[in-house]
Amino acid sequence: MSKGPRDKRMSIDEVVGELRDGMTIGIGGWGPRRKPMALVRAILRSELKDLTIVSWGGADVGLLARAGKVRKLVFAFVSLDSVPLEPSFQRARQEGTIPEVVELDEGMFQTGLRAAAERLPFLPMRAGLGSDVLVNQPWIRTVESPYADADGAHEELVAVPALHLDVALVHMNRADKHGNATYLGPDPYFDDLFCMAADRAFVSCEQVVDTAGLTVDTPVQRLLLNRMMVSGVVETPHGAHFTTCTPDYERDEKFQRAYAAAAGGSEEDWAAFEQRFLSGDEAAYQAAVAAFAEEGK
Amino acid sequence: MSTDASTSVTRADVCAAAIADAFRDDGEIFASPMGMLPMLGVRLAKLTSNPDLVISDGESLFLAGVPPLFAKADVVEGWIPFRRVFDVVAYGKRHVMMGATQVDRHGNQNISAIGDWSRPKRQLLGSRGAPGNTVNNRTSYWVPKHSTRVFVEAVDIVSGVGPKRAREAGPAAARYNDIHRIVTNLAVLDVKGAGDTVRLLSVHPGVSVDEVRAATGFELEVPADVPTTREPTAEEQVVIREVLDPKGLRFKEVPRPDAQQGGAS
Repeated sequence: MSKGPRDKRMSIDEVVGELRDGMTIGIGGWGPRRKPMALVRAILRSELKDLTIVSWGGADVGLLARAGKVRKLVFAFVSLDSVPLEPSFQRARQEGTIPEVVELDEGMFQTGLRAAAERLPFLPMRAGLGSDVLVNQPWIRTVESPYADADGAHEELVAVPALHLDVALVHMNRADKHGNATYLGPDPYFDDLFCMAADRAFVSCEQVVDTAGLTVDTPVQRLLLNRMMVSGVVETPHGAHFTTCTPDYERDEKFQRAYAAAAGGSEEDWAAFEQRFLSGDEAAYQAAVAAFAEEGK
Repeated sequence: MSTDASTSVTRADVCAAAIADAFRDDGEIFASPMGMLPMLGVRLAKLTSNPDLVISDGESLFLAGVPPLFAKADVVEGWIPFRRVFDVVAYGKRHVMMGATQVDRHGNQNISAIGDWSRPKRQLLGSRGAPGNTVNNRTSYWVPKHSTRVFVEAVDIVSGVGPKRAREAGPAAARYNDIHRIVTNLAVLDVKGAGDTVRLLSVHPGVSVDEVRAATGFELEVPADVPTTREPTAEEQVVIREVLDPKGLRFKEVPRPDAQQGGAS
């Protein structure tokens, strides 16, 4: 009897139980798109603190900053798209509540993840040269090309430091219990790179299917994650809410507006939002969201 | 709406044509507009002066057709997820028109934050792709409200790199730095003034040079003769009104004159 690869299914709480204070955590997706929000919400409920968060940011960054979980943030932007400026992130920056901030160009961010994924200390790039990315992050150094260009000059390029992660958290549409996973929407974003830049990667997904099911209606090219990159799999239906998870669901714009209004409003507004949506577990959250969706119908 | 207002050339139409002109001579490259008027101008260029332009839905698809603003894609000719956008930035065959919260005398742009970076007075988006764009591919800016708040002596944070700073950062930064146009609701500018400074190229019909000077917070280079920005041709007007933006979405960014008079200016 053949033994097959191991079963990596876990619960949301088991994933968060693997995290420790002070860890560097990369969060996949992009802005308000296909974010592992169920796992982010579980971190909000936990006692975890002093985290370094690495993210092309959306509400994941805003929520974690608002909850005081972030000691250091590595970002290139934080946006909700239809709400351009993320209110919780804005507030955190303006009140100085994130002790350490690293602002990169969004392409440098990819290069940094790639360097980590390739186990290199850095990769060279033009992005950053001449900009305040190098002024505000003076520890990011440049490197001289060992090769002369056509004019005999040696270009001085940015040595983008590897963005090594302790843990990556990503959300996919489908996965099998071993950690192979597909995205079904328009864009893979950089979830494979996040996983490869991390010591361990945990994948939440809309649905766990058997391995053969991953390619039944879906081209094999959509299998973005291979199980060798993945330490744990957790099924979290609607787990990217309120970000997009195309084609399973689109962004919940009504809910996002309510979030942005509360986050940008008074302390009382935020307390009421937290009480209503974030005071219970994931099932309670989803129930509160369903009730909210029914309002005004 | 009076017949007169619906047929006369609006400021928004002039801006769309000026943006289209910024992409006219680009050849077969990826035109990346950020914002409504840039999207309109790029699609106008593709339907008129530069059919070779490669355009996207702003999400992940290259479009073979030229749909109206925010309409669903018709024929698709390629896939351009974010990872491939970064590839094209480095490849160089791209012209991005970005927004700008601040632009300074040397054509540096800020979309990151207002005030001190370590604790900003107002946090904005973050620098996004501006540092990489400006040292890799042609970059233009769209400023829907030309004012001294936007055009400042020195930006608070340099996201997009102007030619002077690029030169000072060395050949690797300057080699592909190409700040092409700054199109505003009042004028068209570039950064080819003396010492790599912002220079006035034309003022839109009905706008005076003094008006542009007054709305600019630094010493603007103004040539002896400042031409008037051209009005869109009859063909362009039809394309804008009937094809690309029949709903008049462009007026949300650049209001019609009657709306301007009614507003608090």
